[in-house]
Amino acid sequence: MRTPLRPLPRILDARAKGENPDAIERENRRLRGEATRDKSRQRAEGRLLVMSVLFLAAFLTVGLRMGSFAAARPEEPQTDASSQQIYSQRADIVDRKGRVLATNLLTHALYAQPPMMIDPTGTADKLVKIFPDLDRDRLIKDFTGARKFVWIKKRISPEQLQAVHDIGDPGLLFGPREMRLYPNGHLASHILGGARYGTEGVNSAEILGVAGIEREYDKWLRDPANGGKSLKLSLDLTVQSALEDVLSGGMKLMNAKGATAVLMKARTGEIVAMASLPDFDPNDRPAPLLKGDPSDSPLFNRAVQGVYELGSTFKIFAVSQAMQMGLVTPETMIDTKGPLRWGKFRIHDFHDYGKQLSVTDVIVHSSNIGTARIVQKIGPEKQREFLGKLGLLEPAPVELIEAPTGRPILPQNWSELSAMTIGYGHGLSDSPLQLAAAYATIANDGKRVLPTLIAKGGPREPVKQEFGAAEGAQVVSPEVAHKALAMMRAVVTRGTASYGDVPGYQVAGKTGTADKPDPQGGYYNDKVISTFAGVFPVTDPQYVLVLTLDEPTDTSGNEPRRTAGWTAVPVAAETIRRVAPLLGLRPEPTTPDTLDGIRLVKKD
Amino acid sequence: MTEMAFGTVPVRAGEPVLPKWWRTIDKWALGSILILFGLGMLLGLAASVPLAERNGLEPFYYVKRQAVFGALSLGVMLAISMLDPRQIRRLGVAGFALAFVAVMLLPVLGTDFGKGAVRWYSFGVASIQPSEFLKPGFVIISAWFMAAADEVGGPPGRLYSFLLAVIIVVALALQPDFGQASLVLFAWSVMYFVAGAPIALLSAIGALTVAGGFFAYNFSEHFARRINGFLSTDVDPRTQIGYATNAIQEGGFFGVGVGQGSVKWSLPDAHTDFIIAVAAEEYGLILVLCIIALYATVVIRSLLRLMRERDPFTRLAGAGLACAFGVQAIINMGVAVRLLPAKGMTLPFVSYGGSSVIASGIAVGMLLALTRTRPQGQISDILARRGR
Repeated sequence: MRTPLRPLPRILDARAKGENPDAIERENRRLRGEATRDKSRQRAEGRLLVMSVLFLAAFLTVGLRMGSFAAARPEEPQTDASSQQIYSQRADIVDRKGRVLATNLLTHALYAQPPMMIDPTGTADKLVKIFPDLDRDRLIKDFTGARKFVWIKKRISPEQLQAVHDIGDPGLLFGPREMRLYPNGHLASHILGGARYGTEGVNSAEILGVAGIEREYDKWLRDPANGGKSLKLSLDLTVQSALEDVLSGGMKLMNAKGATAVLMKARTGEIVAMASLPDFDPNDRPAPLLKGDPSDSPLFNRAVQGVYELGSTFKIFAVSQAMQMGLVTPETMIDTKGPLRWGKFRIHDFHDYGKQLSVTDVIVHSSNIGTARIVQKIGPEKQREFLGKLGLLEPAPVELIEAPTGRPILPQNWSELSAMTIGYGHGLSDSPLQLAAAYATIANDGKRVLPTLIAKGGPREPVKQEFGAAEGAQVVSPEVAHKALAMMRAVVTRGTASYGDVPGYQVAGKTGTADKPDPQGGYYNDKVISTFAGVFPVTDPQYVLVLTLDEPTDTSGNEPRRTAGWTAVPVAAETIRRVAPLLGLRPEPTTPDTLDGIRLVKKD
Repeated sequence: MTEMAFGTVPVRAGEPVLPKWWRTIDKWALGSILILFGLGMLLGLAASVPLAERNGLEPFYYVKRQAVFGALSLGVMLAISMLDPRQIRRLGVAGFALAFVAVMLLPVLGTDFGKGAVRWYSFGVASIQPSEFLKPGFVIISAWFMAAADEVGGPPGRLYSFLLAVIIVVALALQPDFGQASLVLFAWSVMYFVAGAPIALLSAIGALTVAGGFFAYNFSEHFARRINGFLSTDVDPRTQIGYATNAIQEGGFFGVGVGQGSVKWSLPDAHTDFIIAVAAEEYGLILVLCIIALYATVVIRSLLRLMRERDPFTRLAGAGLACAFGVQAIINMGVAVRLLPAKGMTLPFVSYGGSSVIASGIAVGMLLALTRTRPQGQISDILARRGR
């Protein structure tokens, strides 16, 4: 309760006594002031004590901390990790068995701080001696000008580092950074792509993927959340090496200007090896072509980006569809009398195969007329739908940044004539990888296979296609698929791909020789794309191999031969011979009675 | 008659000045200050040599200079410590007005010596940092305001002092000199606390600070990086802190020996902000603990003596001066041992610096004057209490 400064009874009392009532107020004021001062003094006493204790604690803390520092053994100082603002760690890329395809190596960048330089001219002279490609005048200008910071070299070798160190100028400094290293050089170059530096700091530099899987998985590879886990590809390094070896030999032997091959697991679509020649070294990526045809650059991935009319290899799709629709059986006889006229267009066969051939023989002898007649029964819409389900109408969904550019070239108008030519592989351009995936679908009992480069259990994104069937969807029935495989086996045993019969591995397949379209219109007479698309072993399809040679010519005979049977097939056969043991396939024993003078001892 | 003819013989009302001073001064605190100053000279012998060498002067140039300033500072300190609180108040208010004008005019007349912050007036031979002198003046004037607020019918002195603090903090932050700004803010807070800040307000401010820090940490990348860098156990060895840490570890308990230290050659601020690292390296933990104990003696003895003080102005002003002095020492040493984020702050009396040491002399002189023993009327207290 507030006590009034002028208590009325006392004032009245004082007035009655004739005293000055103000004195009472003054006295009250003094008493109250003394009381507050007293109170605040007591409060301040406590608070000052608190402050003293706090200060004592603070001084003790500093003292103890000093003590703990003094007691600690001086150790090699560690750099503060949080001051590195550029995250430079990039995950390795390994093959399916964990062998390194891409990794990082510590290197140094050389830069200068001209204000700290003692002898700019002399230093420039010495630098030019170490790096002859540097321009002396330019260096002197940089070192003596107003610049406070100059990059000199982005990557130097340890020997160069030592030499520059020996110059001894305090203005020359080294920035440690990692570089991307592809220890296998050219191997799988198109798949790996390459890397470059992004944001560059003095203490580290960011590595960014520029192409291939490095670019496609750039975020994943740089994501610290993966904890340095490497990216495991479906590739097998030894198989890749053997494939590239055989392919480059075959390319030279057949005088081809380019070659590509895809080896895929038939059941899963995992790409075990994929090559495109000519290739490059991802450690030293060539500059992209600025003019001319990009496909002439070694950077061009023929297997994924290159779309070609792949010729007779498409016939098996028409026959499979016709069998699936119940229009034909392998034994149905097809009219093959040529030429087949359609308007003013005429379809020829390579040889005249007489009046009629069974469906199997249409495939075995690769009759264009027979296939065209079968396509006539199917009709353009159904054919288009079927090829779409096989994924031949849109880019292959493989994990490469370039994959979407491998867009198939479709006819402007899918007429009946287009349908017939597409039936034998002309008028629709696809990449070899798309063809491999379509063959894998047939080999996988007719269930759709999607190509992938990521090993099982890896960070694979789900694929959504516009026309293509979902992964594992039944495109043709298993019976039809087996019949198609049997026909392809016959192609190898008694047809156009007889050179492809690798003993013990029961290769089945289909050849394709397509005239190359002339950019001026029409087709070349003497330039072909020859392709072998095969499955092995046919009894239990494990692998699909698609091998394509660009403009091959076999000149071993009297006249130049360009058909796939003479060019692509022997190279494919050699490839299978080399890689099948590496893939762990056991060859089926050949029948002993073909061996003269050797009798096989049988137990039973 | 003589008296009528010549006037009364002058009679001294109290005892003579010097004996009274000697009797009432806090001798422990005074002794600590003198020892600290001596240690500062000793360390200056080691720490300022590289600076002199860099500037092309004779090795002990800065030591001699510091000796001159130090003597001046000690003289000022002793003179001020003989004043009584009323005189201190007048001196403080006048000094504050002077220093305040000087700080406000800095942007026009000041120089930055190429260091990026305009804090100094250059007078050829010497330079003056007016904010150093502003601090004690501000403490005095704030204490005066707050004490006045305690009177019945007094002015809203706490509000005035708060506004003054805000103006000064803004002016200092604009220089920019966040170190001095935070010291001023801290001194004001201590005085407000001792003057009887409501507990509810204190808790609210505490909660706000925690929340603000949390918010800043989560939403400001810059702030978070600073804090992370400070909290991280590894330290970049190429920073000043890295050198300081290494020096303290090298020194161990007894030091590497007089003049044997190496940190002073690598640290540009070895003679000011990181002099404790030089002390630790050359003389070891022993000397560092001595220095800490000396500062603790000054601060804690002063605070304890002020607990008995009846006069609110004296109490508040003394508390403010003692805490500003103590916290400056704690921040300086806390930075060297990475208890606190890096902040340029000198170690009073020990660090090299002309205007720093004189300003410290003035502040400590005032503190010594305010903590002198005075009759506090304990008896009348008891009587008064009994009477109520």
